[in-house]
Amino acid sequence: MAEHDHDHDEGSHLTEMDLRVRALETILVEKGYVETAALDRIVELYETKIGPHIGAQLIAKAWSDPGFRQALLDDASKAAQTFAEVGRVGDHLIAVENTPKMHNMVVCTLCSCYPTDVLGLPPSWYKSFPYRSRTVKNPRSVLADFGVTLPDDTEIRVWDSTAETRYLVLPMRPAGTDGWSEAQLANLITRDCMIGAGVPRKPSEVA
Amino acid sequence: MDGVHDMGGMDGFGKVEPEPNEPVFHHRWESRVLAMSRAIGVFRAWTIDTSRHAIELMAPSMYLTRPYYEKWFWRNQNLLVERGLIDADEVAAGHALRPAKNRTRGPFTVTDIERVTKRGSYSRPATRPARFKVGDRVRTKNIHPTTHTRLPRYARDRVGVVERLHGAQVFPDSVSTGKGEDPQWLYTVRFDAQELWGADADPKLKVSIEAFEPYLEHA
Repeated sequence: MAEHDHDHDEGSHLTEMDLRVRALETILVEKGYVETAALDRIVELYETKIGPHIGAQLIAKAWSDPGFRQALLDDASKAAQTFAEVGRVGDHLIAVENTPKMHNMVVCTLCSCYPTDVLGLPPSWYKSFPYRSRTVKNPRSVLADFGVTLPDDTEIRVWDSTAETRYLVLPMRPAGTDGWSEAQLANLITRDCMIGAGVPRKPSEVA
Repeated sequence: MDGVHDMGGMDGFGKVEPEPNEPVFHHRWESRVLAMSRAIGVFRAWTIDTSRHAIELMAPSMYLTRPYYEKWFWRNQNLLVERGLIDADEVAAGHALRPAKNRTRGPFTVTDIERVTKRGSYSRPATRPARFKVGDRVRTKNIHPTTHTRLPRYARDRVGVVERLHGAQVFPDSVSTGKGEDPQWLYTVRFDAQELWGADADPKLKVSIEAFEPYLEHA
C-alpha cells in the first residue's frame, strides 16, 4: 500500500521531503529547541539499542524461569524494567500468553500504538492499512499473509490498543528445546511472534 | 471523529506485506522526523492525543496516500506553528528569523534522551470508584463525536464483558479538546466476533478494546 511505499528514493517527492525535513531541523536548532547531536543519538538508539532483542530476552527468561513468567504476566512493566537498554520500560505494558487453545494478536486500528519499549519502532506492516483493518475482523486471513495457519479450533484473541496500555504476546515455547539456554531460546523469538503475527522459529530453523 | 483513520473492519486494503529484514528507517529524513518528534516532546507544547488528532484531521486523500513519517512531519510542523514555537515565515525561509518566544526550557540535549525514549505514565488518581467490575456485561455507547475519541466505530453500541481494570488514566476525548486530563477508569472490554461482525463471523474469535468509562453503560 502507498502508506509504506518505499521504492521512490530517486523521485522528486522524496527529495522534497529531505529538503523540508532538513529545513525544519535547521529552524529548531537555530531557535535553540534541539541540539543536532541529541537527534543523532535518538536515531542511533532506535537503530541499535531499542529493538525486538529486548522483548526476546524477556520471553526467553519467561520460558526458562516459571517465577519470572508469572511476574511478567502479573505486571510486565515491572518485570521488564531491568531489561531496558535505555532508562526503563515505560508503564502500562501487559503480557498475554499463548496456549494450545488460544492465540493472541495485537493491533492498533486507530493509529499505530505498539510496545516500543520492548520491541523498538513498529515495522511498516504493523502500521499498514491492511493489518489495521483486517486483524479485528479476519485475523486468520492476516496470519495467512504471514504464512501462519492455526488449527481451526484454536481461539484467536485480538487486542486492539485503543488506549495507552501496550500488549506483548508471550508465545508458546517450541518443542525440542529442553535444556536450551536463554540466549539460545532468544534466537527462536521473532518480533512478529511477540505481536502474534507469527510463531517462534523451530529449533531446526536455527540449527 | 468518524475519520478514515478508524480502520477496524474495513475491506479493500489488500494483503499484509511483511518486508524481510526491514530496516528501522527507509530514508534518512524519516529518522530525523522521528527524532524531532521525540525531542520536541520535552517542551510539552501538546499531548500524545493532540498529536494523534492532528493526523486524524488530515484530508483523507492525504492520510491514505502519504508515507507514515511524512504525516508525522506535517503534523509536527503544523503544530509547531500553531502553538507558536516557530513561525510560518521561518518555514518558508528554511531557517530561524527571530529568537524563540516563551521557550519553557533550554534546548533538548543528549542528557534529555532517557526522558523521551521511555514512555510516560498516563495513570492518574481516581476521583471516584469504578462503575464496573471484572465480569460485568457492558454496552458501548453509540457516540459520534466530531472531536477525538478512542472508541472505534466497529465497537460502538456493542455488548461485551469487562475483563481487566487498568485504574484511572488521562481521558483522550477531554485532553485533546483542551478540557484537561479528566482522568477516567480504563477497562479492557472483550467482545465475541459475532457481536461485532454478525452471524457469519469467526466463532472462535474474540476482540477486545481498551474502553474509558464514559464509553460504557451497563448492558
